[in-house]
Amino acid sequence: MKNISIILLLTIMVFTGCNSGKSNAKAHSSLTIKGSDTMVHLASNWAESYMNSYKDADISVTGGGSGTGIAALLNGTTDICIASRKIKDKEVKQAEKQGLDINEIIVSRDGIAVVINPENPVSELTLEQIGKIYTGATTNWNQVGGSDAPIVLLSRESSSGTYVFFQKRVMNKKDYSQEAMLMPSTSAIVQSVSQDQWAIGYVGLGYAVEAADRVKPIQILNKAGLSPVNASVKTVKNGSYPIARPLHFYTNGDPVGLEKQFIEFCLSDAGQTIVFETGYVPVN
Amino acid sequence: MLKDKVIQYVLWGSAATSILIVALIFIFLGKEAFSFISEPGIEKLFSSRWVPVSFTLEQFGLYPLITGSFLVTILATIIMIPFGVTGALYISEFASNTEREFLKPFIEILAGIPSVVIGFFGLLVLSPIVKSLFGLNTGLTAITGALLLALMAIPTVISISEDAIQSVPSSYKEASLALGASPLQTSFRVVVPAALPGIIAAIMLGMGRVVGETMVVLMVTGNTAKLTLSPFDSVRTMTATIAAEMGEVAFGSSHYAALFWVGIVLMLITFGLNVLAQQLLKKYQMR
Repeated sequence: MKNISIILLLTIMVFTGCNSGKSNAKAHSSLTIKGSDTMVHLASNWAESYMNSYKDADISVTGGGSGTGIAALLNGTTDICIASRKIKDKEVKQAEKQGLDINEIIVSRDGIAVVINPENPVSELTLEQIGKIYTGATTNWNQVGGSDAPIVLLSRESSSGTYVFFQKRVMNKKDYSQEAMLMPSTSAIVQSVSQDQWAIGYVGLGYAVEAADRVKPIQILNKAGLSPVNASVKTVKNGSYPIARPLHFYTNGDPVGLEKQFIEFCLSDAGQTIVFETGYVPVN
Repeated sequence: MLKDKVIQYVLWGSAATSILIVALIFIFLGKEAFSFISEPGIEKLFSSRWVPVSFTLEQFGLYPLITGSFLVTILATIIMIPFGVTGALYISEFASNTEREFLKPFIEILAGIPSVVIGFFGLLVLSPIVKSLFGLNTGLTAITGALLLALMAIPTVISISEDAIQSVPSSYKEASLALGASPLQTSFRVVVPAALPGIIAAIMLGMGRVVGETMVVLMVTGNTAKLTLSPFDSVRTMTATIAAEMGEVAFGSSHYAALFWVGIVLMLITFGLNVLAQQLLKKYQMR
C-alpha cells in the first residue's frame, strides 16, 4: 500500500514536472506577455488580432514596467517580456546565473512625445531646454519663451523603462529635479497634463496620438536654423525625431510553438500594420 | 483529560499563529534590510534626498518619505476628527432608531469601498476641485490625499467612538440632565470627556489605517520626494514608494535593501500607533 502511494506521488511529480514551462504553453496553447506599460497597448492589439485568427490560442498581456517584465522573465512567470529599454548587463548576468538564455527581438520603434496642456502657448523647445526643465534648472515657462508660470513637472515612476531612457537621451544622465512628480502610469500623466495648464510630461507616441484632443505634443528644435520636428510615425522612421527608441521582446531561448508563431505574426506585414495603427513605428 | 489538553494546545497554537507571523515578518524585513548597514552604510538613510535611480549618485535618504507620510497622516487626522467624533455622537445620542438603521449601513458601505476606486475618484473628481479651490498649479497634493484618506478612516473612527460613547454609564447623563444641563451640554461636557480614552483610541486606529494606505496616495499625492510640510505641495509617502519601486528593483541591490528599511520604519510606526491605541482602550474598558 505504501509503495503504491509513493509510486503515485512520483508519477504525479513527473507529470507536473513535464508540464511546467514551455511544454505547458504548447499543450494549452497559452502565452503570457508582461512588461513595459508603453507596449501594453500594442501587445494587446497584437494578441487580440492573433486570437481572432487562431481561436484556440490564449494570450494574456499585463503591464507593470519593463523592469517588472524582465524580473518576471527571470522568475519564469512570463513567456515573453515586453521591454521599452534594452536589458541591462546586470540582468543578463543574473539570467546566465539562472541558466536562462535571453533572446532579444526588436518588434517596433517608438517615439517619446513631450506633451503639454493645449492652453499653454509654448509649442517648440530644443532637447537641451527640455533637459533643463527636467533637471530643475528651468522652473518657469517664461525662461523658455512662454508665459510667467511655474512649470509643473511630470515624470513616470523610476520602474519605467521610459524614465531611464528619457534620463539618458534628453537629460544627459543627470538626475531628475526634486520637484518632479512621479506618476504611476502613462494615463495618469495624460490625465494630469490635460487638467493642469502648466504641466509638462512625456508619453509614448501611441498615447500622444490617441490623446491628441487632450494634450499637445511639443515640436523639437534640433539645431538652430532647422525647422521644428513633430513627433510622428514619419519623423521617427526617417530618424529626424530625436527622442526615439526600439521596443523589444525578450524570450528565454529561441521561441518555439505558439510563442514562435505569435512573434512571427507580430513581425509580419499584418502585425506591423497593427504597429502603425496603434501609433507606433514599424521596424521595416 | 488528554483530549482536553490536545484541544487546548491546538487552540493556543492557532491563537499564537498571528504573533508568530508578525515576528516572522519582522525577521524577514530585518534580514533583507541588513546588507544596507555595511554597504552603502546606515548613515545614508539619514539624508534629505531620495534618488534611487541615478547615473551619478544614488541617494536613499528617508526624511522626505517620512515627512510625506507624516504630513498626509496629520492632515487626514485633523480632517477626520470632527466628522468622526460628531458623527459617532449623533448616531449614539441623538439619532432616532430609523435614522440609525439608515446611517450605520451606509457608513459600513463607505468602509468597504476599495481604495483604488477612491483613488480613481480622487484623481478625476477631487484633484481638479482642490486645484481650483486653492488656486494651485496641480491638484495632486498632500491635502488631496489627506481628504480621501480621512474619508476612508472615518468609518473606523465612527464605529469605535460610538462603542466608547455608548459604554458611558447612563447615570452620568441622567445626573447631568437632572442638574438642568441641556442635551447638547450633556453630550459635549459629560459624555465626550467620559468616553475620551475610547475616542482617542478610535482616532489612533484611524491613523494606523491612514499611515498604511497605499493605492490612494500613490494615485493622488503626486509622489514628489522632497522635504516639505506644506499641505499644498505634492509628497511621496513611504507606502507609495514601496509599491511603486519594489517591482523594478534589482534583487539584493542597495535600493532593494533601502526599500526594506522603508518597510521597517513604516511597520514600527503602525505598530506603535496600535500599541498606544490598545493601551488606551484597555484603560477605558476598566472603568
